[in-house]
Amino acid sequence: MTAQVVTLTSGKGGVGKTTAVANLAVALAADGKKVVCIDADIGLRNLDVVMGLENRIVYDLVDVIEGRCRLRQAMIRDKHYQNLYLIPAAQTRDKSAVSPSDMVRVCDDLRSEQDFVLIDSPAGIERGFRNAIAAADRVLVVTNPEISAVRDADRVVGLLEAEEKYSPALIINRLNPVMVKNHDMLSADDVLDLLGIRLIGVVPEDDSVIVGSNRGAPVASDMKSRAGTAFRNIAKRLQGHDVPFMDLERQTGLWDRISRIAGGRK
Amino acid sequence: MSGLWDRILGRKRSALSAKERLQLVLVHDRTDLTPAELEELKDDLLKTISRHIAIDPDGVQIALERDGREQRLVADIPLRSVARRRAG
Repeated sequence: MTAQVVTLTSGKGGVGKTTAVANLAVALAADGKKVVCIDADIGLRNLDVVMGLENRIVYDLVDVIEGRCRLRQAMIRDKHYQNLYLIPAAQTRDKSAVSPSDMVRVCDDLRSEQDFVLIDSPAGIERGFRNAIAAADRVLVVTNPEISAVRDADRVVGLLEAEEKYSPALIINRLNPVMVKNHDMLSADDVLDLLGIRLIGVVPEDDSVIVGSNRGAPVASDMKSRAGTAFRNIAKRLQGHDVPFMDLERQTGLWDRISRIAGGRK
Repeated sequence: MSGLWDRILGRKRSALSAKERLQLVLVHDRTDLTPAELEELKDDLLKTISRHIAIDPDGVQIALERDGREQRLVADIPLRSVARRRAG
């Protein structure tokens, strides 16, 4: 078994990278895959709270790199999935504590025992980003259909292309189908046309994502959540399955809007 | 609701504004060329070509265009015909 190392990055912060990593990890684990997530955002640890594992942290990524613990000791097992682990970021250090070759070494140690290693990149295009992509077999660029997020995504895609090692795929997160229908939000096609890269998923804006984060239970395990379904579909595509894209426009009818206003879906 | 007002006021829908603005910004980001530098490049290009052949400056079109992730500088430079040059 050789794990696929997948890094999620975005350039701009706040587009939903960490949420996407947590959800893809849960979806892959639910499909029976062995998964390890690495929070590479040193100093701004967050993946632990989104996954609901903040109370179980003893060692972190920097402890592994600096030899204070074995890799296995820093791997925190998920509450629901026996085959899902998190390696948290250090909270009291900064990104200079990690180098690209450290990341390659950690990931190489994980490869033989896992199916997927998901890396949550920090925002920006500096050292932390370089660390996060160093070991990646695949890079997923997360963006929102919003002018500043698309611009930063384009910068990141340009940098990844310059490395020639990666051909990134795009996750468009927090798309609001009603706004797209009213021509007040860039559509998925618009964003794809602008960025000129392959699409791996479109995740609709969905209140249940925040509810999931509040509870430390990513929505990918909620079969009724539309964002959860979108993340499960991306997880299937990562496994090489051909899953058709959801028809988000269809859910913008009058009845859907009424039920959403009435809170019918929650 | 903003859509209705946009239509009444004859305003462009905001998604289209975003797309058009991004198209311009991305071309300049990708080429690392500011609009002012592009103008300078155009002037230099026309000056150089004019040294060799007569061109019609009013019909010149030079722009950065994108095709997927590729950028290209597309120049359409009409030449003054020899006959007209002689007549003039």
